[in-house]
Amino acid sequence: MSALDPLRLTALEARRLLIEGEVSAAELTKVYLDQIERVEGDVHAYILVADDDAAKYATKIDSEMGAQRGALAGLPTAIKDNMVTEGTVTTCASKILAGYQPIYTATAVRKLFDDHVVMLGKTNLDEFAMGSSTENSSVAVTHNPWDLGTVPGGSSGGSAAAVAAGEALWALGSDTGGSIRQPAALCGIVGMKPTYGTVSRYGLIAFASSLDQIGPLARSVADCALLLQHIVGRDPRDSTSVELPAPVQVPTAESLEGLRLGIPREYLGSGVEQGVRDRFEATVALIEKLGGRCAETTLPHTEYALPAYYIIAPAEASANLARFDGVRYGYRAAGADDLIEMYERTRGEGFGAEVKRRIMIGTYALSSGYYDAYYGQAQKVRTLVRRDFASAFDQFDLLISPTSPTVAFPIGSRTADPLAMYMSDICTIPVNLAGLPAISIPCGLADGLPVGFQFMGPAFSENLILRAAHALERAIGFDTAPTFRAASEEAPS
Amino acid sequence: MIGENDVRYVAKLARLHLDDAEAGRMTAELAKILAHIDKIAELDISDVEPTAHVLDIVNVTRADKPRPSVPRDEALKNAPAVGEDSFQVPKMS
Repeated sequence: MSALDPLRLTALEARRLLIEGEVSAAELTKVYLDQIERVEGDVHAYILVADDDAAKYATKIDSEMGAQRGALAGLPTAIKDNMVTEGTVTTCASKILAGYQPIYTATAVRKLFDDHVVMLGKTNLDEFAMGSSTENSSVAVTHNPWDLGTVPGGSSGGSAAAVAAGEALWALGSDTGGSIRQPAALCGIVGMKPTYGTVSRYGLIAFASSLDQIGPLARSVADCALLLQHIVGRDPRDSTSVELPAPVQVPTAESLEGLRLGIPREYLGSGVEQGVRDRFEATVALIEKLGGRCAETTLPHTEYALPAYYIIAPAEASANLARFDGVRYGYRAAGADDLIEMYERTRGEGFGAEVKRRIMIGTYALSSGYYDAYYGQAQKVRTLVRRDFASAFDQFDLLISPTSPTVAFPIGSRTADPLAMYMSDICTIPVNLAGLPAISIPCGLADGLPVGFQFMGPAFSENLILRAAHALERAIGFDTAPTFRAASEEAPS
Repeated sequence: MIGENDVRYVAKLARLHLDDAEAGRMTAELAKILAHIDKIAELDISDVEPTAHVLDIVNVTRADKPRPSVPRDEALKNAPAVGEDSFQVPKMS
């Protein structure tokens, strides 16, 4: 076996090496477990590393499975810890679920297990996926492998950091308002949020049910396509799941000839850092060289999308999180001798500050006398956001924007101001409200930190997005190996 | 403008214990967040249909056939307190 570089190896290449017998599943898994051993102390991407189980399972694939091997057999995979896994503790990074032993496995994860992936472990997240920096985890703060003094983004920050740091070949995340795309952008990898409904939410611990969607984080667009291919499909256990009209294809396109790309001007407002703006504009120039035609367009209700999201998502969360009451599973506060007091103290002690804030906002917005002004109005704004996208897609095949207005920010710099943290998702939230697919790919560095470039498309345009992103990715030629800059070091000039 | 009494009332609705320091902090934070959210009141959209859900599907049903469910031991295994094959909770007062 030649030396494999976990910072650059793609899943497609790893799969070829496995199929051709150039590497065994056990050897490949060891590459990642060794890398976890080397860097996890600095990165903290995982809540739980299943090292023994992973090594044993890889050996089993090598020795016993033979021709029965699934399509993804032996590929080392990380799973965000808000997807339940039977036999492996699942916590959602919350004290209220500490030690929780799921009695079933999420459908998306089950499908990957059926294809014989090797699960390396469960990755860190903002508690209940509420946050944009992974600092709201009750377990640990995850550090960005490019600069260990900065955040990896969130809420799928553990999955993004694990892939970027070579601690996993690829990973599953979930995206409610940008929670796959924004951390992928900040960690210099690729992350995709599929059309709402294409991936079953069964076993995804619910945050905001009309917005949540599972998707892939990987080192390349083609890897994202391959992983997505194996998790999509209607699931009788999720009544909001649907079949994609066409199978997901692993893209091979090299040209953007004839593609009409709209740039919504509202996504390049004053909050966008100069470094991000420069990389975005350079990438637009590159797209035109590849034959794509870019023009400015407008999504006029963008400024109302963020406030609408911060009503709808907390409202749904306040209902979904009512189940955490200390009765059937999870943490229970000790010493309460009355049922209501037990509920209140369990929830008061079990939830972290951000989760409490969202439960409070949601409960307030749904409470008598405020429902129409907040929740009802927000649902109407949601209609306007959908109409904006529909009009834009009359003229353009896809829309493009920066994924995040800023590069990775220093740990602790936004935790004191919840509203500043919410602004991290200004370019990603509208897509969730409209249920549309979108991808983030790395398009270069600003101050030594990765900048994300976003493609957004009409519902079920996954294949078009993947082809365009793949062609652009090839032309950009971004090196995914992160710098592991120590917190105290200066950015290279 | 939301005040501390409103916060305590909403916390009660949400079955969420907040200590005094938390309630004070929460009041200031919610006031700031709500001021931002209030922006949507600017829009006159009384004639716009609300979107509850982006998918165009209604009434998803399945065959009404009995099938095995979660065994009782499995269902109880994560419970903080169990007795007589049931979840145990403190009494209602």
